[in-house]
Amino acid sequence: MAAPMGQPRVRLPSNVKAGDIIEVRTLISHPMETGTRRDSSGNLVPRDIIKTFIATFDGQEVFRMDLHPAISANPYIAFAFKAEKSGTFEFTWINDAGTRATSKSELKVG
Amino acid sequence: MDRKLALSRRTALFGTAGAVVAITLAPKPASASLQPATEAAMKKLIGEKKLSEGRITLRLPPIAENGNTVPLTVAVESPMTAADYVKAVHIFADRNPTPDVASFTLTPAMGRAEVSTRIRLGQTQDVVAIAEMSDGSLFIGRQEVKVTIGGCGG
Repeated sequence: MAAPMGQPRVRLPSNVKAGDIIEVRTLISHPMETGTRRDSSGNLVPRDIIKTFIATFDGQEVFRMDLHPAISANPYIAFAFKAEKSGTFEFTWINDAGTRATSKSELKVG
Repeated sequence: MDRKLALSRRTALFGTAGAVVAITLAPKPASASLQPATEAAMKKLIGEKKLSEGRITLRLPPIAENGNTVPLTVAVESPMTAADYVKAVHIFADRNPTPDVASFTLTPAMGRAEVSTRIRLGQTQDVVAIAEMSDGSLFIGRQEVKVTIGGCGG
């Protein structure tokens, strides 16, 4: 029984000018069960992690991360991005079972 | 004669002590030996290619009170243009039960090769980063983190 994919949260800076390098910050709630932890009755809790994160901008992949159990619960992922024009980010988180969570954010470049 | 002997022995002792200090203070080269599991995990991702030192900055706290969530930022010196960019960055924790931590796939659209996340460290150890450049060259960097309470669900 895989943990539910939590609500993603994304933060983009405001007042972005063309050519600025911004930091895109994302967070999703998820236990990231390592598969080595035991519950109170001593049974191994099965592995259940988010293993892939993909960021696209106007449909083009700009950044990807493969996660292992050594990533903390509620994975925080931040990456640099060069803002050239306004557009739409789409973020996807995929767990071991193949379930996806997605989130869209508009980048406004002034 | 005795006196001369004593002096030379003292000189020798000081000399030895000085050498030991020098070795302790010298930074550990990034290519210093790693655990066999880490070597195997690296080989799986990049094969047996030559690793150069430099270009990688690993920002980690020197002491982590809680190994369950250790902030990590890795930056690689690169112009991040279509002709010259960082293709991938792999992170390993040398003494975790499984050394693989994360692999990042980067693109020139990022403008700067810099990513951050939070990682679990089971004990005091070195965190190692390998950067794969678009020309195929590879760089390695490492940084020690002292962990007070381990964070691998043990």
